[in-house]
Amino acid sequence: MSDDATGSAAAERGLRGSATDVASFEEERPSLLRRIQGFLHQYPTSIPLIVLLIGVVIFSVAAPGKFLSPLNLSVVLQQVTIVAILGMAQTLVILTAGIDLSVGLIMILASVVMGRTAVVFGVPVEIAFPLGLAAGVACGFLNGVIITMLRLPPFIVTLGTWSIFGALNTFYSNSETIRSQDMEAAAPFLLWLGKLFKLYDIGLFLGMDLPWLKGWVVTYGSILMIVLAIVLSYLLSRTAFGRHVYATGDDPDAARLSGINTTRVLISVYALAGLICAIAAWVLIGRIGGVSPQAGQTANLDSITAVVIGGTSLFGGRGSIVGTLFGALIVGVFRNGLALSGLALLWQDFAVGVLIIVAVTIDQWIRKISS
Amino acid sequence: MGKLRFLRLALAGTLIVGALAGATAVAQDITVGLITKTETNPFFVKMREGAEAKAKELGLKLITAAGKFDGDNDAQVAAIENLISAGAKGFAIVPSDSKAIVPTIQKARDAGLMVIVLDTPLDPMDAATATFATDNRKAGMLIGQWAAGTLGDKAKDASIVLLDLATNQPTVDYLRDQGFMAGFGIDVKDPNKYGDEDDPRICTHEISQGDQEKGRTAMENALQKCPNVNVVYTINEPAAAGAWEALKAVGKDDGSVLIISVDGGCPGVANVKSGVIGATSQQYPLLMASMALEAIAKGELPAIDPAVGFFDTGATLVTDKPVAGVDSIDTAKGADLCWG
Repeated sequence: MSDDATGSAAAERGLRGSATDVASFEEERPSLLRRIQGFLHQYPTSIPLIVLLIGVVIFSVAAPGKFLSPLNLSVVLQQVTIVAILGMAQTLVILTAGIDLSVGLIMILASVVMGRTAVVFGVPVEIAFPLGLAAGVACGFLNGVIITMLRLPPFIVTLGTWSIFGALNTFYSNSETIRSQDMEAAAPFLLWLGKLFKLYDIGLFLGMDLPWLKGWVVTYGSILMIVLAIVLSYLLSRTAFGRHVYATGDDPDAARLSGINTTRVLISVYALAGLICAIAAWVLIGRIGGVSPQAGQTANLDSITAVVIGGTSLFGGRGSIVGTLFGALIVGVFRNGLALSGLALLWQDFAVGVLIIVAVTIDQWIRKISS
Repeated sequence: MGKLRFLRLALAGTLIVGALAGATAVAQDITVGLITKTETNPFFVKMREGAEAKAKELGLKLITAAGKFDGDNDAQVAAIENLISAGAKGFAIVPSDSKAIVPTIQKARDAGLMVIVLDTPLDPMDAATATFATDNRKAGMLIGQWAAGTLGDKAKDASIVLLDLATNQPTVDYLRDQGFMAGFGIDVKDPNKYGDEDDPRICTHEISQGDQEKGRTAMENALQKCPNVNVVYTINEPAAAGAWEALKAVGKDDGSVLIISVDGGCPGVANVKSGVIGATSQQYPLLMASMALEAIAKGELPAIDPAVGFFDTGATLVTDKPVAGVDSIDTAKGADLCWG
């Protein structure tokens, strides 16, 4: 007892000098958190980037020698290309506070239109390819028109068109696969995005011997993905159209009052998303080396996953294309890393689920800063 | 005005009576059903074509239905209920969930319908009137024997990648996988489950979901683990085509890797011909469906070997590089018999 008394007395004495410090520390802590919150609000892309880096570190330890090889990282890049491009289409739509559940099927339908028209019906690829792109635009345009003209929620409209495009896909494809050999013979152009090249060779070609590039193998599809990300980022951040997209998503009434034709913005966004899906279709044909009407069943949800993990807000008006690119890479890195670490597919699904919940939680938390 | 309304009513009444009469006339014919897992899979598309041709030949009224996705039990339950209401004589079904559908099938049989299960046996199998299916274990065994025979002495140093269907190991998945292993000469341990083997030649099991894109992804991941792979077993031919793309990307399309598969679809047989797939076990969905409709229409079943428990519609090895001791047909014959 007496020991305690002296002890607490000593503590009291100790506190006398430091009391003000402790109090000020307690005031500082929320401000630090708020500063992080503010930083993330300002640079939302930093979260997916940090998660991506954490993932890379974890798996380079969990699957030593396998995960961090240039060849494997090249493979991850190839694996995420389709979902990343679809995710970009989805990002545009989600920025307007909408959602497009039909992106996966627009992609499949466009790939079937391109491939089947060229290979089975023998139409020159110069016609079949633009026809496929046009099919994508038409699907997106239809979504946009129904949503704006009939004033229906995008979720319901694209749920409906998802089913419609699926039926059209079955009708036009007759559920028949087109093999890569037939494709190679009739329309090699459609396979071009799947072609590989070695970055090291490119370096040599440019007269530079860059040994750290050895082992990196990239497809033209992946290059297209990066080019598309740059173009769309420019479009969103540096053009009037891009600002209108953000404004429409943030507050459609305010956007309309400030003179933005929100109907036209929405229709353009859905049509552009359709075009991007058709570009993804071209990548898909290159990747699987043909057309498979059965492929891409999970692409819709995968694209939404990439967008959400990439930090784009489902409530519209906030997010970025680069974030989605990181989002797709995160999913790809986790799936590949977990597979190489020998975990079953169900744990990959589990991890992706956790990532989604965490991403949305962080998004909600950042949003609080405005209130 | 009043007269006009009466005329309209009379006209409508006549039409309704006429429609009812028409319906009765159709109902006097024999109605049969075909329920598949999905509408889109070429395997089921072919099955439906077989059924439609048979129905036309025998003058049956055919009602077809399918789930929205593989595993869609609810849609199949609704389809069976509709067939019972429609007074069907019987139906053929490819069950999406071989356990969950059993009570509904019992209901149909209690109502006097003949139920023939195609492709995927029920659990328990005797819940159906009869089962017409491919012996998937035998189909796997054929490609296993062929792969072992082709490798010869090198079979004992093989490095094998298996691209399976799904983590929950549905019946067809483990039957083909374990059949392949048994044919190749691997101790399968539990014959109704894969992944419990300790043979060092098995490098990895990956999940392809029977999809071309996911098959490629699975093979790419497998290549990181098994750089020296020389045998790739695939659950079906789309997965095999995806695996081939992954192998091609790393320059392993030079014949150093044997790909074997099961199904015998037309694109698959064409891939055997062009050397993508070494050999595939062909199955016969069209035959399953047409035989089932014939059995329902005539009300009599073909002789079924009680030891097997189902009518085996056959599995044939298709390859252009036959191996002594394993019966096979070449790709020209295979292309004649292929589906999808």
